[in-house]
Amino acid sequence: MSLIGPLLLATFLFCVGIYGIIARRNAVLVLMSVELMLNAVNINLVAFQNVLFPGEEAVSGLMFALFIIGVAAAEVGVGLAIVFNMFRNRATVNVDDVDLMRW
Amino acid sequence: MTGLDVVFVLVGLLTAAGAVLTVTSKNLVHAALALAVTLAGIAGVFLVLHADFLALVQLVVYVGAVAVLFLFGLMLTRAPIGREALDSQNRGLALAVSGGLFVVLSTLIVLAFGDVRVDAMTGPGIDVIGIAIFAVWVLPFELLSMLLLAALIGAIVLARREDGESGEEAEVTRIEVGDPPINESDGPPAEVAGDGQAELPAGSGGGGQA
Repeated sequence: MSLIGPLLLATFLFCVGIYGIIARRNAVLVLMSVELMLNAVNINLVAFQNVLFPGEEAVSGLMFALFIIGVAAAEVGVGLAIVFNMFRNRATVNVDDVDLMRW
Repeated sequence: MTGLDVVFVLVGLLTAAGAVLTVTSKNLVHAALALAVTLAGIAGVFLVLHADFLALVQLVVYVGAVAVLFLFGLMLTRAPIGREALDSQNRGLALAVSGGLFVVLSTLIVLAFGDVRVDAMTGPGIDVIGIAIFAVWVLPFELLSMLLLAALIGAIVLARREDGESGEEAEVTRIEVGDPPINESDGPPAEVAGDGQAELPAGSGGGGQA
């Protein structure tokens, strides 16, 4: 199996996530795009681990992927809580309307 | 091109299609379901890459928890539906940025790793992963547990109502379309009063009493 397939898929998912972050206005959809980018990085890590470094003692690639999954779960929880708070205070989830801290 | 490559291409196409549908769908719930399909497809990619444990973790955490969390998030925030309401004006800029980045990155990847192939891919077993977690990566593992606890408490504090009163939503969140729901209090009580002794359907019960 070639290494380039997973890497290209991960690149595609990452760029789709960037498109979603820039083009979407709903805050929940922006969070979903962030999840896409994190998963693309996970594919990269696992592919490099199992193709280039198959017999490593500390399985670093898989461990980083696991930690990214855990941190992403925490990020989704806090992010959705912030979105709920924003919706309760301002009755919108549009990220263009939240410009209180804009410079 | 081996069988593993064929399986990877199929799963990868499913994953890519789900991702594109996630960022282009006009319906919020459809976008969340497409995201779930994408995450499940990534679990399939992990299986093809011989990372069984990570595939199961991906299914449990992402498809099981995060996708459901996103569905709850979409249903609790009543957002308008439609392309104009969901997408901002800089869709062309977004397409240019992401497309340019994809071209640059894929060119670099093909130049750097275009000829790397393995015949028999091997992944670490679950015993190796467990020993690695609790021998090498103990400190990050415990830090991650503390981070999850902090995120749990923070999410509860953030999403809680301000001063603990029950049930009253802010005035601005009301939906202003249509009429208030029709009060149908005369339907079921008459039915209940009518059939005190029989569980027959409404038509035959009424005929028997008449």
